Amino acid sequence: MKKASLREAYGRTLVELGKENKDIVVLDADLSGSTKTKMFAKEFPERFFNIGIAEQDMMGTAAGLAAAGKIPFASTFAIFATGRAWEQIRQSIAYAGLNVKIVASHGGITVGDDGGSHQAIEDVGLMRILPNMTVIVPADAIEMEQVIRTIAKYKGPVYVRGARIDFPVIYDDKDYHFQIGKGSILREGRDITLIAMGLMVHHALEAASILSLEGIECRVVNMSSIKPIDRDLIIDSAQKTELIVTIEEHLITNGLGSAVCEVVCEECPVPVKRLGIKDRFGISGKPDKLLSYFHLTPQDIVEEVKKVLQRKPRLVRAVG
Amino acid sequence: MFEQGVKDIQKLKKIAKEIRKDILLMLNKAGSGHTGGSLSAVELLTALFFAKMKHDPKNLTWKGRDHFILSKGHAAPLLYAILAKCGYFKHEELFELRQLGSRLQGHPDCKLTPGIEVPTGSLGQGLSMANGIAMALRLDELSGRVYVLLGDGEVQEGQVWEAAMTAAHYKLDNVCAILDNNRLQIDGWVEEVKNIEPLAAKWEAFGWNVKEINGHDFRQILEALNEVELVKGKPSIIIAHTVKGKGVSFFENKAKYHGVAPTNDELELALKELEEGIK
Repeated sequence: MKKASLREAYGRTLVELGKENKDIVVLDADLSGSTKTKMFAKEFPERFFNIGIAEQDMMGTAAGLAAAGKIPFASTFAIFATGRAWEQIRQSIAYAGLNVKIVASHGGITVGDDGGSHQAIEDVGLMRILPNMTVIVPADAIEMEQVIRTIAKYKGPVYVRGARIDFPVIYDDKDYHFQIGKGSILREGRDITLIAMGLMVHHALEAASILSLEGIECRVVNMSSIKPIDRDLIIDSAQKTELIVTIEEHLITNGLGSAVCEVVCEECPVPVKRLGIKDRFGISGKPDKLLSYFHLTPQDIVEEVKKVLQRKPRLVRAVG
Repeated sequence: MFEQGVKDIQKLKKIAKEIRKDILLMLNKAGSGHTGGSLSAVELLTALFFAKMKHDPKNLTWKGRDHFILSKGHAAPLLYAILAKCGYFKHEELFELRQLGSRLQGHPDCKLTPGIEVPTGSLGQGLSMANGIAMALRLDELSGRVYVLLGDGEVQEGQVWEAAMTAAHYKLDNVCAILDNNRLQIDGWVEEVKNIEPLAAKWEAFGWNVKEINGHDFRQILEALNEVELVKGKPSIIIAHTVKGKGVSFFENKAKYHGVAPTNDELELALKELEEGIK
Protein backbone atom coordinates (compact mmCIF):
# COMPACT_ATOMS: atom_id res chain seq x y z
CA MET A 1 0.00 0.00 0.00
CA LYS A 2 1.33 3.42 -0.97
CA LYS A 3 1.98 5.81 1.88
CA ALA A 4 2.84 9.50 1.83
CA SER A 5 3.79 12.17 4.31
CA LEU A 6 1.27 14.88 5.14
CA ARG A 7 4.12 17.04 6.40
CA GLU A 8 6.00 16.78 3.10
CA ALA A 9 2.81 17.57 1.23
CA TYR A 10 2.34 20.66 3.42
CA GLY A 11 5.91 21.87 2.95
CA ARG A 12 5.81 21.31 -0.80
CA THR A 13 2.45 23.05 -1.19
CA LEU A 14 3.64 26.02 0.85
CA VAL A 15 6.54 26.49 -1.54
CA GLU A 16 4.20 26.37 -4.54
CA LEU A 17 1.83 28.85 -2.91
CA GLY A 18 4.77 31.05 -1.99
CA LYS A 19 5.67 31.31 -5.68
CA GLU A 20 2.10 32.15 -6.64
CA ASN A 21 1.36 34.69 -3.91
CA LYS A 22 3.89 36.99 -2.30
CA ASP A 23 1.56 37.63 0.64
CA ILE A 24 2.02 34.07 1.93
CA VAL A 25 4.29 34.17 4.99
CA VAL A 26 5.24 31.31 7.29
CA LEU A 27 6.03 31.14 10.99
CA ASP A 28 7.39 28.28 13.05
CA ALA A 29 8.43 27.73 16.66
CA ASP A 30 11.74 25.90 16.33
CA LEU A 31 10.22 22.82 14.69
CA SER A 32 10.56 23.80 11.04
CA GLY A 33 12.50 20.61 10.26
CA SER A 34 9.65 18.51 11.63
CA THR A 35 6.73 20.51 10.32
CA LYS A 36 8.53 20.92 6.96
CA THR A 37 8.09 24.67 6.89
CA LYS A 38 11.87 24.60 6.40
CA MET A 39 11.19 23.95 2.74
CA PHE A 40 9.48 27.36 2.51
CA ALA A 41 12.20 28.96 4.65
CA LYS A 42 14.86 27.79 2.20
CA GLU A 43 12.99 29.14 -0.81
CA PHE A 44 11.73 32.39 0.73
CA PRO A 45 13.93 33.26 3.72
CA GLU A 46 12.60 36.85 3.91
CA ARG A 47 9.03 35.59 4.28
CA PHE A 48 9.81 33.00 6.95
CA PHE A 49 9.91 33.87 10.64
CA ASN A 50 11.26 31.43 13.16
CA ILE A 51 9.87 32.72 16.44
CA GLY A 52 11.83 30.23 18.51
CA ILE A 53 10.28 28.18 21.30
CA ALA A 54 7.55 30.74 21.91
CA GLU A 55 4.22 29.52 20.57
CA GLN A 56 2.18 32.26 22.25
CA ASP A 57 4.30 34.94 20.62
CA MET A 58 4.14 33.08 17.31
CA MET A 59 0.32 33.21 17.30
CA GLY A 60 0.33 36.90 18.21
CA THR A 61 2.89 37.69 15.52
CA ALA A 62 0.83 35.75 12.98
CA ALA A 63 -2.22 37.80 14.03
CA GLY A 64 -0.29 41.03 13.41
CA LEU A 65 0.87 39.85 9.99
CA ALA A 66 -2.72 38.95 9.10
CA ALA A 67 -4.01 42.31 10.36
CA ALA A 68 -1.55 43.93 7.95
CA GLY A 69 -2.84 41.92 4.99
CA LYS A 70 -0.48 38.95 4.89
CA ILE A 71 -1.61 35.31 4.80
CA PRO A 72 0.37 33.74 7.62
CA PHE A 73 0.74 29.98 8.07
CA ALA A 74 1.88 29.20 11.63
CA SER A 75 3.17 25.73 12.36
CA THR A 76 4.37 23.63 15.26
CA PHE A 77 3.30 20.38 16.92
CA ALA A 78 -0.46 20.12 17.47
CA ILE A 79 -0.29 20.17 21.25
CA PHE A 80 1.86 23.30 21.43
CA ALA A 81 -0.17 25.09 18.76
CA THR A 82 -3.56 24.46 20.30
CA GLY A 83 -2.75 23.92 23.95
CA ARG A 84 0.13 26.21 24.79
CA ALA A 85 -1.20 29.08 22.73
CA TRP A 86 -4.95 28.51 23.08
CA GLU A 87 -5.82 31.83 24.63
CA GLN A 88 -3.60 33.70 22.17
CA ILE A 89 -5.50 31.99 19.36
CA ARG A 90 -8.77 32.95 21.05
CA GLN A 91 -7.96 36.61 21.76
CA SER A 92 -5.56 37.63 19.01
CA ILE A 93 -6.83 35.47 16.12
CA ALA A 94 -10.32 33.98 16.45
CA TYR A 95 -11.95 36.91 18.27
CA ALA A 96 -11.31 39.20 15.33
CA GLY A 97 -11.56 36.46 12.72
CA LEU A 98 -8.03 37.24 11.53
CA ASN A 99 -6.76 35.38 8.50
CA VAL A 100 -4.26 33.06 10.22
CA LYS A 101 -3.75 29.46 9.15
CA ILE A 102 -2.56 27.22 11.96
CA VAL A 103 -1.22 24.04 10.41
CA ALA A 104 0.03 21.57 13.00
CA SER A 105 1.94 18.36 12.64
CA HIS A 106 2.01 15.60 15.26
CA GLY A 107 -1.70 15.23 15.97
CA GLY A 108 -2.86 12.13 17.83
CA ILE A 109 -1.11 9.19 19.49
CA THR A 110 0.82 8.15 16.38
CA VAL A 111 3.39 10.73 17.49
CA GLY A 112 4.65 7.56 19.18
CA ASP A 113 7.80 7.32 21.28
CA ASP A 114 7.75 10.90 22.58
CA GLY A 115 4.79 9.93 24.73
CA GLY A 116 1.72 11.58 26.17
CA SER A 117 3.24 15.02 26.68
CA HIS A 118 3.66 15.34 22.91
CA GLN A 119 0.55 13.50 21.71
CA ALA A 120 -2.28 15.93 20.99
CA ILE A 121 -5.52 14.08 21.67
CA GLU A 122 -7.62 17.13 22.48
CA ASP A 123 -6.51 19.60 19.78
CA VAL A 124 -9.56 19.28 17.56
CA GLY A 125 -11.82 19.92 20.53
CA LEU A 126 -9.79 22.93 21.64
CA MET A 127 -10.10 24.51 18.20
CA ARG A 128 -13.65 23.37 17.41
CA ILE A 129 -15.02 25.23 20.42
CA LEU A 130 -13.70 28.61 19.23
CA PRO A 131 -16.15 30.86 17.36
CA ASN A 132 -14.98 31.87 13.85
CA MET A 133 -12.54 28.92 13.70
CA THR A 134 -12.58 26.39 10.85
CA VAL A 135 -11.16 22.95 11.68
CA ILE A 136 -9.86 20.50 9.09
CA VAL A 137 -8.31 17.04 9.50
CA PRO A 138 -6.98 15.69 6.19
CA ALA A 139 -7.05 11.92 5.63
CA ASP A 140 -4.00 11.67 3.38
CA ALA A 141 -1.25 13.67 1.69
CA ILE A 142 -3.33 14.37 -1.41
CA GLU A 143 -6.09 15.84 0.70
CA MET A 144 -3.54 17.83 2.75
CA GLU A 145 -2.31 19.52 -0.41
CA GLN A 146 -5.85 20.42 -1.46
CA VAL A 147 -6.70 21.64 2.03
CA ILE A 148 -3.69 23.94 2.10
CA ARG A 149 -4.53 25.36 -1.33
CA THR A 150 -8.16 25.83 -0.34
CA ILE A 151 -7.53 27.57 2.97
CA ALA A 152 -4.96 29.89 1.41
CA LYS A 153 -7.85 31.34 -0.61
CA TYR A 154 -10.40 31.24 2.23
CA LYS A 155 -10.47 34.34 4.44
CA GLY A 156 -10.55 33.58 8.16
CA PRO A 157 -8.79 31.53 10.83
CA VAL A 158 -8.28 27.81 10.16
CA TYR A 159 -6.78 24.96 12.13
CA VAL A 160 -5.41 21.99 10.18
CA ARG A 161 -4.34 18.85 11.99
CA GLY A 162 -1.52 16.90 10.42
CA ALA A 163 0.47 13.94 11.68
CA ARG A 164 3.99 12.73 12.27
CA ILE A 165 3.67 9.41 10.46
CA ASP A 166 2.99 8.80 6.79
CA PHE A 167 -0.62 7.95 5.94
CA PRO A 168 -1.82 5.42 3.34
CA VAL A 169 -2.87 7.26 0.19
CA ILE A 170 -6.65 7.22 -0.28
CA TYR A 171 -7.33 9.81 -2.95
CA ASP A 172 -6.38 10.11 -6.56
CA ASP A 173 -5.21 13.69 -6.99
CA LYS A 174 -7.09 14.13 -10.25
CA ASP A 175 -10.53 13.07 -9.04
CA TYR A 176 -10.81 14.63 -5.61
CA HIS A 177 -11.74 18.18 -4.73
CA PHE A 178 -11.73 19.17 -1.08
CA GLN A 179 -14.33 21.69 0.04
CA ILE A 180 -14.67 23.34 3.43
CA GLY A 181 -17.87 22.07 5.05
CA LYS A 182 -18.09 18.91 2.92
CA GLY A 183 -17.42 15.32 3.87
CA SER A 184 -16.93 12.67 1.23
CA ILE A 185 -18.40 9.19 0.84
CA LEU A 186 -15.60 6.78 0.04
CA ARG A 187 -17.68 3.63 0.03
CA GLU A 188 -21.41 3.00 -0.07
CA GLY A 189 -23.23 0.57 2.22
CA ARG A 190 -26.73 0.16 3.61
CA ASP A 191 -26.11 -1.38 7.04
CA ILE A 192 -24.08 1.15 8.96
CA THR A 193 -22.11 4.37 8.42
CA LEU A 194 -18.52 4.70 9.58
CA ILE A 195 -17.55 8.39 9.92
CA ALA A 196 -13.84 8.93 10.43
CA MET A 197 -11.15 11.60 10.35
CA GLY A 198 -7.43 11.52 9.65
CA LEU A 199 -5.66 8.17 9.67
CA MET A 200 -8.87 6.50 10.87
CA VAL A 201 -10.44 7.04 7.45
CA HIS A 202 -8.10 4.43 6.04
CA HIS A 203 -8.76 2.09 8.97
CA ALA A 204 -12.49 2.50 8.43
CA LEU A 205 -12.08 1.53 4.77
CA GLU A 206 -10.09 -1.56 5.75
CA ALA A 207 -12.71 -2.52 8.31
CA ALA A 208 -15.46 -2.05 5.71
CA SER A 209 -13.67 -4.46 3.33
CA ILE A 210 -13.43 -7.11 6.04
CA LEU A 211 -17.06 -6.65 7.09
CA SER A 212 -18.21 -6.85 3.48
CA LEU A 213 -16.83 -10.37 3.30
CA GLU A 214 -19.23 -11.21 6.09
CA GLY A 215 -22.18 -9.57 4.35
CA ILE A 216 -22.16 -6.34 6.33
CA GLU A 217 -22.08 -3.31 4.07
CA CYS A 218 -20.70 -0.05 5.48
CA ARG A 219 -20.94 3.47 4.15
CA VAL A 220 -17.56 5.08 4.87
CA VAL A 221 -17.37 8.86 5.22
CA ASN A 222 -14.24 10.98 5.42
CA MET A 223 -15.32 13.89 7.60
CA SER A 224 -12.22 16.02 7.06
CA SER A 225 -14.17 19.23 7.60
CA ILE A 226 -14.86 19.00 11.32
CA LYS A 227 -16.05 22.60 11.48
CA PRO A 228 -18.14 23.56 9.68
CA ILE A 229 -19.30 19.95 9.65
CA ASP A 230 -21.28 18.41 6.80
CA ARG A 231 -24.68 18.29 8.50
CA ASP A 232 -26.49 17.13 5.37
CA LEU A 233 -24.22 14.15 4.91
CA ILE A 234 -24.56 13.14 8.57
CA ILE A 235 -28.36 13.41 8.42
CA ASP A 236 -28.46 11.47 5.15
CA SER A 237 -26.29 8.75 6.71
CA ALA A 238 -28.44 8.58 9.83
CA GLN A 239 -31.59 8.28 7.73
CA LYS A 240 -30.20 5.70 5.32
CA THR A 241 -28.23 3.40 7.64
CA GLU A 242 -29.88 4.18 11.00
CA LEU A 243 -26.62 3.47 12.78
CA ILE A 244 -23.35 5.38 12.95
CA VAL A 245 -19.88 4.62 14.26
CA THR A 246 -17.38 7.49 14.52
CA ILE A 247 -13.65 6.79 14.60
CA GLU A 248 -11.00 9.32 15.59
CA GLU A 249 -7.41 9.39 16.80
CA HIS A 250 -8.55 11.89 19.45
CA LEU A 251 -10.49 11.91 22.68
CA ILE A 252 -14.07 10.87 22.08
CA THR A 253 -15.11 14.01 23.96
CA ASN A 254 -15.46 17.17 21.87
CA GLY A 255 -13.85 15.70 18.76
CA LEU A 256 -15.41 14.13 15.67
CA GLY A 257 -17.71 11.81 17.61
CA SER A 258 -19.15 14.63 19.65
CA ALA A 259 -19.60 16.79 16.57
CA VAL A 260 -21.49 14.01 14.79
CA CYS A 261 -23.63 13.33 17.88
CA GLU A 262 -24.61 17.00 18.06
CA VAL A 263 -26.09 16.80 14.57
CA VAL A 264 -27.64 13.36 14.95
CA CYS A 265 -29.28 14.15 18.30
CA GLU A 266 -30.80 17.36 17.01
CA GLU A 267 -31.81 16.29 13.55
CA CYS A 268 -32.29 12.54 13.29
CA PRO A 269 -31.69 10.52 16.45
CA VAL A 270 -30.18 7.09 15.77
CA PRO A 271 -27.58 5.17 17.83
CA VAL A 272 -24.01 6.51 17.51
CA LYS A 273 -20.98 4.66 18.84
CA ARG A 274 -17.87 6.79 19.29
CA LEU A 275 -14.50 5.05 18.91
CA GLY A 276 -11.40 6.91 20.02
CA ILE A 277 -9.44 7.61 23.16
CA LYS A 278 -11.47 7.56 26.34
CA ASP A 279 -10.62 10.15 28.99
CA ARG A 280 -6.93 9.38 29.33
CA PHE A 281 -3.58 10.64 28.05
CA GLY A 282 -1.30 8.91 25.58
CA ILE A 283 1.87 6.94 26.36
CA SER A 284 5.18 6.11 24.70
CA GLY A 285 5.35 3.34 22.13
CA LYS A 286 5.62 2.67 18.41
CA PRO A 287 2.66 4.09 16.47
CA ASP A 288 1.33 0.68 15.34
CA LYS A 289 1.60 -0.74 18.87
CA LEU A 290 -0.19 2.32 20.23
CA LEU A 291 -3.00 1.98 17.70
CA SER A 292 -3.55 -1.59 18.95
CA TYR A 293 -3.26 -0.48 22.57
CA PHE A 294 -5.92 2.17 22.07
CA HIS A 295 -8.16 -0.21 20.04
CA LEU A 296 -7.96 1.82 16.86
CA THR A 297 -6.97 -0.88 14.34
CA PRO A 298 -9.25 -1.99 11.48
CA GLN A 299 -9.90 -5.24 13.39
CA ASP A 300 -11.02 -3.23 16.46
CA ILE A 301 -13.44 -1.34 14.26
CA VAL A 302 -14.78 -4.62 12.81
CA GLU A 303 -15.50 -5.97 16.29
CA GLU A 304 -17.14 -2.75 17.46
CA VAL A 305 -19.32 -2.62 14.35
CA LYS A 306 -20.54 -6.18 14.98
CA LYS A 307 -21.36 -5.30 18.60
CA VAL A 308 -23.16 -2.13 17.70
CA LEU A 309 -25.13 -3.77 14.90
CA GLN A 310 -27.06 -5.63 17.60
CA ARG A 311 -28.65 -2.28 18.41
CA LYS A 312 -30.28 -2.30 14.99
CA PRO A 313 -33.28 -4.65 15.31
CA ARG A 314 -34.17 -5.01 11.64
CA LEU A 315 -30.71 -6.03 10.58
CA VAL A 316 -30.31 -8.49 13.45
CA ARG A 317 -33.53 -10.11 12.30
CA ALA A 318 -32.36 -10.20 8.71
CA VAL A 319 -29.02 -11.74 9.61
CA GLY A 320 -30.61 -14.09 12.18
CA MET B 1 -11.61 67.95 10.66
CA PHE B 2 -8.99 67.25 13.28
CA GLU B 3 -5.64 68.92 13.29
CA GLN B 4 -2.63 66.67 12.79
CA GLY B 5 0.98 67.37 13.61
CA VAL B 6 0.16 69.82 16.40
CA LYS B 7 3.39 71.41 17.58
CA ASP B 8 1.91 73.87 20.07
CA ILE B 9 2.13 72.35 23.54
CA GLN B 10 -0.61 74.60 24.93
CA LYS B 11 -2.90 73.23 22.24
CA LEU B 12 -1.97 69.64 23.14
CA LYS B 13 -2.65 70.38 26.80
CA LYS B 14 -6.08 71.70 25.89
CA ILE B 15 -6.84 68.54 23.91
CA ALA B 16 -5.62 66.39 26.81
CA LYS B 17 -7.98 68.18 29.18
CA GLU B 18 -10.91 67.55 26.85
CA ILE B 19 -9.92 63.90 26.51
CA ARG B 20 -9.85 63.54 30.31
CA LYS B 21 -13.32 65.02 30.55
CA ASP B 22 -14.62 62.65 27.90
CA ILE B 23 -13.10 59.67 29.69
CA LEU B 24 -14.79 60.59 32.95
CA LEU B 25 -18.12 61.36 31.32
CA MET B 26 -18.24 58.15 29.31
CA LEU B 27 -17.14 55.99 32.24
CA ASN B 28 -19.73 57.61 34.50
CA LYS B 29 -22.43 56.98 31.89
CA ALA B 30 -21.31 53.37 31.41
CA GLY B 31 -21.22 52.80 35.16
CA SER B 32 -18.12 50.63 34.89
CA GLY B 33 -14.68 50.65 33.28
CA HIS B 34 -11.07 51.51 33.91
CA THR B 35 -10.51 55.05 35.12
CA GLY B 36 -6.99 55.10 36.55
CA GLY B 37 -5.10 53.54 33.65
CA SER B 38 -7.02 55.59 31.11
CA LEU B 39 -6.10 58.87 32.81
CA SER B 40 -2.43 57.95 33.20
CA ALA B 41 -1.81 57.69 29.46
CA VAL B 42 -3.76 60.73 28.21
CA GLU B 43 -0.69 62.78 27.28
CA LEU B 44 0.99 59.78 25.66
CA LEU B 45 -1.90 59.09 23.30
CA THR B 46 -2.68 62.74 22.71
CA ALA B 47 0.91 63.27 21.61
CA LEU B 48 0.82 60.21 19.37
CA PHE B 49 -2.50 60.85 17.64
CA PHE B 50 -2.40 64.66 17.41
CA ALA B 51 1.29 65.40 17.04
CA LYS B 52 3.23 62.36 15.91
CA MET B 53 1.44 59.65 14.00
CA LYS B 54 0.54 59.69 10.33
CA HIS B 55 -3.05 58.53 10.11
CA ASP B 56 -6.24 59.42 8.30
CA PRO B 57 -9.62 58.91 9.99
CA LYS B 58 -11.26 59.12 6.55
CA ASN B 59 -9.05 56.41 5.05
CA LEU B 60 -8.67 53.56 7.52
CA THR B 61 -6.63 51.36 5.18
CA TRP B 62 -4.22 54.05 3.96
CA LYS B 63 -0.97 52.21 3.37
CA GLY B 64 1.23 55.08 4.45
CA ARG B 65 -0.20 55.26 7.96
CA ASP B 66 1.43 54.59 11.29
CA HIS B 67 -0.21 51.93 13.44
CA PHE B 68 -1.26 51.99 17.07
CA ILE B 69 -2.00 49.02 19.33
CA LEU B 70 -3.46 49.41 22.80
CA SER B 71 -1.92 46.36 24.42
CA LYS B 72 -3.28 47.47 27.79
CA GLY B 73 -6.74 47.11 26.33
CA HIS B 74 -8.55 48.12 29.51
CA ALA B 75 -7.61 51.73 28.73
CA ALA B 76 -10.17 51.51 25.91
CA PRO B 77 -12.09 54.62 27.13
CA LEU B 78 -8.96 56.70 26.50
CA LEU B 79 -8.48 55.29 23.03
CA TYR B 80 -12.16 55.79 22.17
CA ALA B 81 -12.06 59.41 23.37
CA ILE B 82 -8.97 60.00 21.21
CA LEU B 83 -10.44 58.30 18.16
CA ALA B 84 -13.69 60.27 18.47
CA LYS B 85 -11.77 63.53 18.73
CA CYS B 86 -9.79 62.59 15.62
CA GLY B 87 -13.07 61.98 13.79
CA TYR B 88 -13.04 58.18 13.46
CA PHE B 89 -16.62 58.25 14.74
CA LYS B 90 -19.05 60.74 16.23
CA HIS B 91 -18.44 62.16 19.70
CA GLU B 92 -21.88 61.16 20.98
CA GLU B 93 -21.08 57.52 20.32
CA LEU B 94 -18.68 57.67 23.29
CA PHE B 95 -21.67 57.56 25.59
CA GLU B 96 -22.70 54.16 24.29
CA LEU B 97 -19.57 52.64 25.84
CA ARG B 98 -20.10 49.08 27.14
CA GLN B 99 -23.79 49.05 26.21
CA LEU B 100 -25.49 46.24 24.35
CA GLY B 101 -25.27 46.88 20.62
CA SER B 102 -22.52 49.50 20.96
CA ARG B 103 -19.47 49.58 18.69
CA LEU B 104 -17.46 50.56 21.77
CA GLN B 105 -16.89 47.30 23.61
CA GLY B 106 -15.45 47.08 27.10
CA HIS B 107 -12.10 46.25 25.50
CA PRO B 108 -10.99 47.11 21.93
CA ASP B 109 -12.67 45.10 19.19
CA CYS B 110 -11.28 45.81 15.74
CA LYS B 111 -14.28 44.20 14.06
CA LEU B 112 -16.51 46.95 15.40
CA THR B 113 -14.61 50.16 16.04
CA PRO B 114 -13.12 52.27 13.23
CA GLY B 115 -9.47 53.08 13.91
CA ILE B 116 -8.76 49.97 15.95
CA GLU B 117 -6.45 47.54 14.19
CA VAL B 118 -6.27 44.43 16.39
CA PRO B 119 -8.27 42.97 19.28
CA THR B 120 -6.79 43.41 22.74
CA GLY B 121 -7.95 43.12 26.31
CA SER B 122 -6.34 39.92 27.46
CA LEU B 123 -3.00 41.34 28.57
CA GLY B 124 0.43 40.62 27.18
CA GLN B 125 -0.51 40.09 23.53
CA GLY B 126 -0.19 43.48 21.86
CA LEU B 127 3.56 43.54 21.36
CA SER B 128 3.49 40.24 19.43
CA MET B 129 0.86 41.70 17.12
CA ALA B 130 2.85 44.91 16.76
CA ASN B 131 5.84 42.82 15.66
CA GLY B 132 3.68 41.04 13.08
CA ILE B 133 2.46 44.32 11.62
CA ALA B 134 6.03 45.66 11.62
CA MET B 135 7.26 42.59 9.73
CA ALA B 136 4.49 43.05 7.15
CA LEU B 137 5.37 46.75 6.71
CA ARG B 138 8.99 45.82 6.14
CA LEU B 139 8.07 43.16 3.56
CA ASP B 140 5.89 45.68 1.76
CA GLU B 141 8.61 48.35 1.99
CA LEU B 142 6.26 50.73 3.78
CA SER B 143 7.65 53.40 6.05
CA GLY B 144 4.89 53.33 8.70
CA ARG B 145 5.79 52.80 12.33
CA VAL B 146 4.00 50.64 14.87
CA TYR B 147 3.33 52.13 18.30
CA VAL B 148 2.16 49.89 21.11
CA LEU B 149 1.11 50.99 24.58
CA LEU B 150 1.97 48.53 27.35
CA GLY B 151 0.95 48.66 30.98
CA ASP B 152 3.56 48.22 33.67
CA GLY B 153 1.66 45.44 35.43
CA GLU B 154 1.18 43.91 31.99
CA VAL B 155 4.87 43.10 31.61
CA GLN B 156 4.40 40.44 34.26
CA GLU B 157 2.97 38.42 31.35
CA GLY B 158 5.64 36.14 29.88
CA GLN B 159 4.51 36.66 26.29
CA VAL B 160 5.69 40.29 26.47
CA TRP B 161 9.25 39.03 26.88
CA GLU B 162 8.89 36.44 24.13
CA ALA B 163 7.81 39.31 21.88
CA ALA B 164 10.61 41.54 23.18
CA MET B 165 13.11 38.91 22.01
CA THR B 166 11.40 38.59 18.64
CA ALA B 167 11.46 42.35 17.98
CA ALA B 168 15.16 42.54 18.85
CA HIS B 169 16.05 39.40 16.88
CA TYR B 170 14.35 40.69 13.75
CA LYS B 171 15.73 44.20 14.34
CA LEU B 172 12.27 45.73 14.14
CA ASP B 173 13.31 49.36 14.40
CA ASN B 174 9.84 50.33 13.16
CA VAL B 175 8.39 49.16 16.48
CA CYS B 176 8.08 51.67 19.29
CA ALA B 177 6.69 50.42 22.58
CA ILE B 178 5.54 52.90 25.18
CA LEU B 179 5.28 51.67 28.73
CA ASP B 180 2.74 53.48 30.90
CA ASN B 181 4.64 53.10 34.16
CA ASN B 182 1.94 54.22 36.60
CA ARG B 183 3.25 51.76 39.23
CA LEU B 184 -0.17 50.42 40.20
CA GLN B 185 -2.08 47.30 39.26
CA ILE B 186 -5.44 45.99 40.51
CA ASP B 187 -4.08 44.37 43.64
CA GLY B 188 -1.89 47.30 44.63
CA TRP B 189 1.59 48.68 43.97
CA VAL B 190 3.32 46.71 41.21
CA GLU B 191 6.41 46.64 43.37
CA GLU B 192 4.50 44.78 46.08
CA VAL B 193 2.35 42.50 43.91
CA LYS B 194 5.33 41.32 41.87
CA ASN B 195 8.27 43.58 41.27
CA ILE B 196 9.14 44.26 37.61
CA GLU B 197 12.20 46.44 38.22
CA PRO B 198 14.79 47.11 36.99
CA LEU B 199 12.66 47.87 33.94
CA ALA B 200 15.11 49.84 31.82
CA ALA B 201 17.90 47.33 32.42
CA LYS B 202 15.60 44.45 31.47
CA TRP B 203 14.61 46.00 28.13
CA GLU B 204 18.22 46.96 27.43
CA ALA B 205 19.31 43.41 28.17
CA PHE B 206 16.66 42.20 25.71
CA GLY B 207 18.30 44.29 22.99
CA TRP B 208 16.06 47.35 22.99
CA ASN B 209 16.83 51.04 22.79
CA VAL B 210 15.40 52.49 26.01
CA LYS B 211 14.37 56.05 26.78
CA GLU B 212 12.88 57.16 30.10
CA ILE B 213 10.64 60.20 30.38
CA ASN B 214 7.95 61.92 32.39
CA GLY B 215 4.83 60.63 30.64
CA HIS B 216 2.80 63.74 31.37
CA ASP B 217 5.29 66.21 29.87
CA PHE B 218 4.46 66.83 26.21
CA ARG B 219 7.87 68.26 25.44
CA GLN B 220 9.60 65.15 26.75
CA ILE B 221 7.13 62.82 25.02
CA LEU B 222 7.57 64.45 21.62
CA GLU B 223 11.34 64.64 21.93
CA ALA B 224 11.48 60.97 22.86
CA LEU B 225 9.20 59.92 19.99
CA ASN B 226 11.34 61.86 17.51
CA GLU B 227 14.61 60.67 18.97
CA VAL B 228 13.81 56.94 19.00
CA GLU B 229 12.67 57.10 15.40
CA LEU B 230 16.28 57.76 14.43
CA VAL B 231 17.57 54.62 16.13
CA LYS B 232 18.14 51.92 13.52
CA GLY B 233 18.67 48.18 13.90
CA LYS B 234 16.75 47.73 17.12
CA PRO B 235 13.28 48.36 18.52
CA SER B 236 12.72 51.20 20.97
CA ILE B 237 10.79 51.50 24.17
CA ILE B 238 9.85 54.70 25.92
CA ILE B 239 9.36 54.07 29.62
CA ALA B 240 6.95 56.81 30.57
CA HIS B 241 6.72 57.52 34.28
CA THR B 242 3.11 58.40 34.94
CA VAL B 243 0.57 58.82 37.70
CA LYS B 244 -2.42 56.50 37.77
CA GLY B 245 -5.62 58.54 37.79
CA LYS B 246 -3.66 61.65 36.67
CA GLY B 247 -5.57 64.94 36.75
CA VAL B 248 -8.09 64.13 39.47
CA SER B 249 -6.66 64.39 42.98
CA PHE B 250 -8.82 61.72 44.57
CA PHE B 251 -8.10 59.20 41.77
CA GLU B 252 -4.35 59.76 41.68
CA ASN B 253 -2.18 56.88 42.88
CA LYS B 254 -5.18 54.87 44.06
CA ALA B 255 -5.31 51.20 43.07
CA LYS B 256 -9.01 51.26 43.89
CA TYR B 257 -9.71 53.36 40.78
CA HIS B 258 -8.03 50.87 38.44
CA GLY B 259 -11.36 49.40 37.41
CA VAL B 260 -14.02 51.62 38.94
CA ALA B 261 -16.00 54.33 37.15
CA PRO B 262 -16.65 57.74 38.74
CA THR B 263 -19.95 58.17 40.57
CA ASN B 264 -22.09 61.25 39.86
CA ASP B 265 -20.62 63.11 42.83
CA GLU B 266 -17.07 62.14 41.91
CA LEU B 267 -17.70 63.17 38.31
CA GLU B 268 -18.85 66.63 39.35
CA LEU B 269 -15.83 67.21 41.55
CA ALA B 270 -13.46 65.72 38.98
CA LEU B 271 -14.72 67.91 36.14
CA LYS B 272 -14.35 70.95 38.38
CA GLU B 273 -10.79 69.98 39.23
CA LEU B 274 -9.91 69.45 35.59
CA GLU B 275 -11.24 72.91 34.77
CA GLU B 276 -9.53 74.68 37.63
CA GLY B 277 -6.49 72.44 38.04
CA ILE B 278 -5.67 70.41 41.16
CA LYS B 279 -5.17 72.80 44.07
